[in-house]
Amino acid sequence: MNIAVLVKQVPDTYSERTLGDDHRLDRESADAVIDEIDSRGVEIALQLVEAAGSGDVTVVTMGPERATEVLRKALAMGANRGIHVVDDSLAGADALTTSAVLAAALARQPYDLVITGNETTDGRTGSVPSMLAERLGLPAVTQAQKVSIDGSTVHAERADESGYSDVTAQLPALISVTEKITDPRYPNFKGLMSAKKKPIETFTVADLGVSVTPGNVVIDVTPAAPRAAGQKVNDGGTGGQQVADFLVAARII
Amino acid sequence: MSEVLVLAEYNDSGLRKVTNELLAAAARIGTPAAVVVGAPGSATRLASELAAAGAAKVYAAESDASATLLTMPAVLAIEAAAAKSTPAAILLAATEDGREIAGRLAVRLNSAIIADAIDVVVDGADVVATQSIYGGAYSVRSKVTQGVPIVSVRPNSIEGVAPAAAGDIVALDVSLDGVKAATIVASHPEPSGDRPDLSAASIVVSGGRGVGSAESFVVVEALADALGGAVGASRAAVDSGYYPHQFQVGQTGVTVSPQLYIALGISGAIQHRAGMQTSKTIVAVNKDSEAPIFEISDFGVVGDLFDVAPKLTEAVRARKQ
Ligand SMILES: Cc1cc2nc3c(=O)[nH]c(=O)nc-3n(C[C@H](O)[C@H](O)[C@H](O)COP(=O)(O)OP(=O)(O)OC[C@H]3O[C@@H](n4cnc5c(N)ncnc54)[C@H](O)[C@@H]3O)c2cc1C
Ligand SMILES: Nc1ncnc2c1ncn2[C@@H]1O[C@H](COP(=O)(O)O)[C@@H](O)[C@H]1O
Repeated sequence: MNIAVLVKQVPDTYSERTLGDDHRLDRESADAVIDEIDSRGVEIALQLVEAAGSGDVTVVTMGPERATEVLRKALAMGANRGIHVVDDSLAGADALTTSAVLAAALARQPYDLVITGNETTDGRTGSVPSMLAERLGLPAVTQAQKVSIDGSTVHAERADESGYSDVTAQLPALISVTEKITDPRYPNFKGLMSAKKKPIETFTVADLGVSVTPGNVVIDVTPAAPRAAGQKVNDGGTGGQQVADFLVAARII
Repeated sequence: MSEVLVLAEYNDSGLRKVTNELLAAAARIGTPAAVVVGAPGSATRLASELAAAGAAKVYAAESDASATLLTMPAVLAIEAAAAKSTPAAILLAATEDGREIAGRLAVRLNSAIIADAIDVVVDGADVVATQSIYGGAYSVRSKVTQGVPIVSVRPNSIEGVAPAAAGDIVALDVSLDGVKAATIVASHPEPSGDRPDLSAASIVVSGGRGVGSAESFVVVEALADALGGAVGASRAAVDSGYYPHQFQVGQTGVTVSPQLYIALGISGAIQHRAGMQTSKTIVAVNKDSEAPIFEISDFGVVGDLFDVAPKLTEAVRARKQ
C-alpha cells in the first residue's frame, strides 16, 4: 500500500491573517504551520499502511522554501519521504495551476492512494482534491470521515450536508478527509531525530514540465469594517427578557 | 445573449432555495439555463418551478445510475450542456458537491474557478465575483481570465430574483458507462425536523462547550424552534459529541451570515468567529464576562445559559402568540 499525502503550509488560524499590497497573504504576518486537516491526512495514511502491513507514505507539498518545515513535521510523524515543489513562479498560484503542478509531481510514481484535506484554511477553495482526481484519472472519495481498505476497495463514510453516506471506490483512488477522520499523533523524540535523515526530493516547475498561467485576476480587496461590541448586561434574572426586548426593538421578532 | 448554466440543487419537495439564487445571479450575466441531474422524470417534475425561477432552458441528464455515482453524473451533464451552448459562465452552489463538481469541470474545460463567491455581477464583458475571505476580514473581487468562469456561490448571499422564463426541457445525451467514480452504497441522513437549512437560515442559534451535554442541547433547540431558526454548534461541542458535525459553524464548518446569530456558551475563538462574524446581529450568552464573543456581539448577557435561554424562549413564544 503506497500512499501519497498532500500537505500544505498555511498561516496559523490562531493569528490574525493580513493581506499585503500585492493582494497576497502577508506570510510574515502569521506563524506558518501544517494545515491541521493535512496532519490528519498524514495520520490516516500512517494508520492505513500499518493496517495493510506494508507500504510507504510519501508527503507532497507545493510551497516556498520554508514549506520543507511541514514535510519534516510529517516525516517526524512517521511518513517515509517527501516531495517539495518549489518555484518562485508559483507564488499566488490558483487552484487550477496548483492542481496541475501537484498532479505532475504525483504522476512520477504510481500510488495506490492519494490523500488530501477537504479544504485548506487559507485558500478554502476545496477544489484541489477533485481537480487532482480529474487530472490523475482517479475516482474520488471526498469528505471522508471514516475510511478503511479491504483488498482493492476503499470503504468510507462521506460527510454531506444532511448526514453521511457509505461510499466505495476501487484503488487507485483519491480520498479527501474531513476533520472528523482522526486526531493526528504527536511526533516523538525518535521521530523527530529520524525525520532529519529522511529524503526530500525537490522539483521546479521546469522539472515537472508544467506551464504556469494565472487563470484568475484579483480586481480589488477591501478590508471589512471591524465589528464593534454593543451592549453587555449582567443576567440578574432578567437577561432573557432583555434579549427579547432588544430583538423586538431591532424588529427581528 | 449567451447562456449561463446553473446546476439545479433540489430535494424531494422541490428546488432548494440556492437554485433560485443561482438563477437570479445567472440572469444578471445572460440567459439562465438550469441543468437537472437525476432519476428519469426529475426535469419534468421541476420544470415549472425552474421556469418560474428564471430558467429559459432546462437541460435534463436523467438516469437511474445518477443516484449512486458520486458527483460524476453532474460533471458530465454540465460538460455536455456546455458543449451545446458555449456558456458565458457556469454557476453552482458552494456546497461540498458543488465545489467538487466545479473542480472537475475546471480541469475538463481548462477554465479557472472562483470558489464560494458571495456576489456575482457583470462589469463590461467580465463576470466579476466577490469572495469574503479569512472569516469576513476581507472582501476580494476577482475575475476569471482562463476559459469559462466557473463560480461556486455561497447559499443565502444573492439578492433579487430572475424574471420567469420558458423552462423548455432539452434532453442531454450523457453516458455513465465505465465512469470512474465512487459509488454511494447507502445514505444516512440526520433527521433535521422542520428546521431550515443551517447555511440558508435567517436565524441561527448555536451552542458551545458551555451547553455541557448532548441532552442539554434541547435548550438550544427550543430557542431555535421558538425563533424559527436553525441550530448550530461550535467545534468543541461537536468534538465532545453534543451535536452532529454537519452543524458545526466556523472556519472548518459551515459559514453562516444570518439576520440573527445567538451564541450560547461559546467563547468566540477566532476560528468560530470566522464562520459567523458577518451575521447582521449577534447576541451572546456566556458566564465569563471576558469571553471574546462579547467583542463582536451587539447584545451580550453575562450569565448562565440555562437561566437565560429558557426565559428568552418563553418571551419569544409569548411575543409570537
Ligand atoms: C484549524 C482549526 C479549525 C477550527 N475550526 C473551528 C470551527 O469551524 N468552529 C469552531 O467553533 N471552532 C473551530 N476551531 C476550534 C476553536 O479554536 C475553539 O476551540 C472552539 O471554537 C471552542 O468552542 P467553544 O467556544 O464551544 O468552547 P470553549 O472555548 O471551551 O468555550 C466554552 C464557553 O462556554 C462558557 N460557558 C460554560 N458554561 C456556561 C453556562 N452554563 N452558561 C453560559 N456560558 C457557559 C464558558 O465561559 C466558555 O466561554 C478550530 C480550531 C483550529 C485549530
Ligand atoms: N500547495 C499545496 N501543496 C500541497 N497540497 C495542497 C496544496 N494546496 C492544496 N493542497 C491539498 O488540497 C487540499 C484542499 O485544498 P484546497 O482545494 O486549496 O482547499 C489541502 O488540504 C491539501 O491536502
